[in-house]
Amino acid sequence: MSNKKNWPLWEVFVRSKNGLEHRHFGSLHAADAEMALENARDVYTRRNEGVSIWVVESKHITASNPEHNGELFEPAQDKVYRHPTFYDLPDDVKHM
Amino acid sequence: MSGDQIKNLEAEFEARIARDEKIEPKDWMPEKYRQTHIRQISQHAHSEIVGMLPEGNWITRAPSLRRKVALLAKVQDEAGHGLYLYSACETLGITRDELYEQLHSGKAKYSSIFNYPTVTWADMGAIGWLVDGAAIINQVPLCNTSFGPYARAMVRVCKEESFHQRQGYEIMLKLCNGTPEQKEMAQDALNRWWWPSLMMLGPTDDMSVHTEQSMKWKLKRKTNDELRQQFIDQTVPQADILGLTIPDPDLKWNEERQSYDFGEINWDEFWQVVKGHGPMNKERMKARVGAWERGEWVRDAAMAHAEKQQERKNKQVV
Repeated sequence: MSNKKNWPLWEVFVRSKNGLEHRHFGSLHAADAEMALENARDVYTRRNEGVSIWVVESKHITASNPEHNGELFEPAQDKVYRHPTFYDLPDDVKHM
Repeated sequence: MSGDQIKNLEAEFEARIARDEKIEPKDWMPEKYRQTHIRQISQHAHSEIVGMLPEGNWITRAPSLRRKVALLAKVQDEAGHGLYLYSACETLGITRDELYEQLHSGKAKYSSIFNYPTVTWADMGAIGWLVDGAAIINQVPLCNTSFGPYARAMVRVCKEESFHQRQGYEIMLKLCNGTPEQKEMAQDALNRWWWPSLMMLGPTDDMSVHTEQSMKWKLKRKTNDELRQQFIDQTVPQADILGLTIPDPDLKWNEERQSYDFGEINWDEFWQVVKGHGPMNKERMKARVGAWERGEWVRDAAMAHAEKQQERKNKQVV
């Protein structure tokens, strides 16, 4: 086996068409960003799946830990006043 | 973590799967779930990669440009499918290098069907029709499996796979409508690929060691025997349209079951091939390991180039 470094892992994001956001499609290995883009084209867009590709080296992504989902996301659950249905209005009021 | 805590986590985990919730890579999971998924997803990826070899054999000898571009595109898809699956597998904490090492050392298995030789052009037809047909039957239920990255990879794979089967069937159709020699070639390919395709769907339910656990984790949604029956029932009418005979004297429509009865499968042959004694096991591994080793200098050169470019960039910033 080679004693040199292995190609790093990259995450691939593809915009399917203008008007839509880039969406995570998967990952791949490449020596540098340029090769990651070229490989992403061949691996993830062989059938016109995209009009734009982003690649980012996986090690640069900071992800939340699912074990902390309680602290992170539960506080939003008891804030029902952030939703329109929390407010009582007479039926006569239209378009609101 | 104490034993009780782990039991609680496991119970909660099983309940999530029972509710049809998906499991994502960073979620807590039982070690056995992780290992089973690494094993199955990597086997699946290896099968895609080794699966390129029997067909690659015919790319340069395809009978027309139309057939050649189609076969090239199919083989390229298989490389792509292998890559989707490897990256899904890596989310479970194993590296690409470890996965390759397992394949190259023979520790990891791949589908036994790829250890059969492709001796005529009709084999390209039979593989697309039968092998990809069986693969689709196996893979469609996996689009709903519990592990998110695997399920997402399978959705993409299944979308692309139906072209593979249709291009194979078209090859068979053309041969069957051709000269008597061409039709005979198609029949010969069916004769050789029929039984290995049935074996490809795995050992019978009473012999399958992983089925029960895999059903619980939705890593399997139908048993091997159910998948095999489904494959036979949908393939026999397709053979009729081609005017070919399925090489099974016991094959018979069962009015009561509304399904075909079929003959005994030679499981000794299956286990021989799985254990490495199929006609092409050695050849396949030699081709795969050889390609990997001959490509080493390219991988190293690309990495060295990338590092040099990065250094140059860093200097400019200073």
